[in-house]
Amino acid sequence: MAQLICENLALGYDGREILSDLNFSVDAGDYLCIVGENGSGKTTLMKTILGLQSPISGKLSMSDGLSQNEIGYLPQQTLVQRDFPASVWEIVLSGCQNSCGLRPFYNKAEKQLAKENIKKMELEPLVNRCYRELSGGQQQRVLLARALCATHKMLLLDEPVSGLDPKVTAEMYRLIEELNKKDGITVIMISHDLDAALQYANRILHIGKKVFFGTKEEYLKSEISGVFAKGDE
Amino acid sequence: MGEIFDKLSLYLQFPFVRYALIVGVLIALCSSLLGVTLVLKRFSFIGDGLSHVAFGAMAIASVLKMTNDMPLVLLITVICAILLLRTGQNTKIKGDAAVAMISVGALAIGYLLLNLFSTSGNLSGDVCTTLFGSTSILTLSQDEVWLCVVLSIIVVAVFILFYNKIFSVTFDESFARATGTNAGVYNLLIAIVIAVIIVLAMNLVGSLLISALVIFPALSAMRIFKSFKSVTLCSAVLSVFCTLAGMIISILSGTPVGSTIVAADIAAFLIFYIIGMFSGGSKK
Ligand SMILES: Nc1ncnc2c1ncn2[C@@H]1O[C@H](COP(=O)(O)OP(=O)(O)OP(=O)(O)O)[C@@H](O)[C@H]1O
Ligand SMILES: [Mg+2]
Repeated sequence: MAQLICENLALGYDGREILSDLNFSVDAGDYLCIVGENGSGKTTLMKTILGLQSPISGKLSMSDGLSQNEIGYLPQQTLVQRDFPASVWEIVLSGCQNSCGLRPFYNKAEKQLAKENIKKMELEPLVNRCYRELSGGQQQRVLLARALCATHKMLLLDEPVSGLDPKVTAEMYRLIEELNKKDGITVIMISHDLDAALQYANRILHIGKKVFFGTKEEYLKSEISGVFAKGDE
Repeated sequence: MGEIFDKLSLYLQFPFVRYALIVGVLIALCSSLLGVTLVLKRFSFIGDGLSHVAFGAMAIASVLKMTNDMPLVLLITVICAILLLRTGQNTKIKGDAAVAMISVGALAIGYLLLNLFSTSGNLSGDVCTTLFGSTSILTLSQDEVWLCVVLSIIVVAVFILFYNKIFSVTFDESFARATGTNAGVYNLLIAIVIAVIIVLAMNLVGSLLISALVIFPALSAMRIFKSFKSVTLCSAVLSVFCTLAGMIISILSGTPVGSTIVAADIAAFLIFYIIGMFSGGSKK
């Protein structure tokens, strides 16, 4: 059953369209990869899904028990100021904010959830470290753990491996795949890494001048993949 | 040493000195709490602008010959805080310009009003008091003391109740918004609390030195501590300590209260800076 449906969606900034006529749907348990050139509007699409900006026209609906504030996400660039004093624990726990509502403090279950996700992301040794003193890969895992605290249904990842070395990249992909396969979390990932996209995802959304949405097999047969793969190299 | 204690206990017999110390400690506590948020959210310029607005409001109150000017000053400052936050959200540059306009404008109009309408013989003395808060903390009426105490308690309570929300909104506003936190409301709350703190702190250090009172303890604590909680606690303790030290020194040696407190804050910052350099150097 579809968790997320986009119909004739048009998006952009200040009324200026970047993308229009976007149609796709995401089912529970899917692993959707969004590919496209720089500036094609991938991040914009993600922001629209998250409700950080409103679509210019068209419809974006969630169903199957998913509500907008139950989507965990990993931003492409964290706008965190460089010298923000925050420990790994504080950041991961802040992902539980949406289940708090107006309650001022975190309860036991939420702290437990944060602990589990820290363990899942293999961050236990770093729990009291300061975020800004971690490496890029470690920081990504902290933010992923925070995203996991915010959801057990759907994860949005905006280029989760950019800037990571091949070994850490592979590890990151393994962690994400585990979340998708083992925990049944729907994953929507933006990536420039077409090989990985084709390896892990079961659905591909290609945006740009031409838009494609379909399964991985269909994508490989379509001409759009050939052009993009060549242009990418 | 004994001489100093004698002198101090003599002063402490005066109720206004005791009031001043209590109010000073409370104001120091409040002003340090939001320091981290202010520094990291780039709200510090709003804080600075608002303190000038408070000066203008004070001038209006004194022209109107109000005996208790705090409610009016509070109202005007809170309204300006909300307005500044609104304009600041549209675009960065316009926001900055708006703050500059309002703050410098408020200073000029305030001084102009005082000049035109003041009947006091010692105008520059009055202005100096408002800007640098030289004695106002010692001349608080009992009503004002109560108002300060109540407002401080409200600020501390709001901060504790919304501590986790303030952390989320400060650390990563987009994530907070995406996961359903109404960031706009909390930004508004932060702005209002800042306005209240500024009006409170004006009594202690005067409008020109407020930013120092708010920002120095947070910056000092950030030199050494690495988590939000420890930085907040440390800056609260540090701020209270420096304020007490500054007030006692100024009472004993007759220096202006506000600048002595800020001098104590600066000294603490230097100490923390050096400690931070050493501990940072040994770890790496
Ligand atoms: N805040 C903004 N205001 C106006 N235009 C914007 C804004 N952010 C992005 N854009 C424009 O929208 C278009 C799409 O940007 P977007 O960030 O969605 O691209 P992207 O597909 O994520 O690219 P990349 O692969 O580089 O991350 C770009 O042309 C960009 O210039
Ligand atoms: Mg992007």
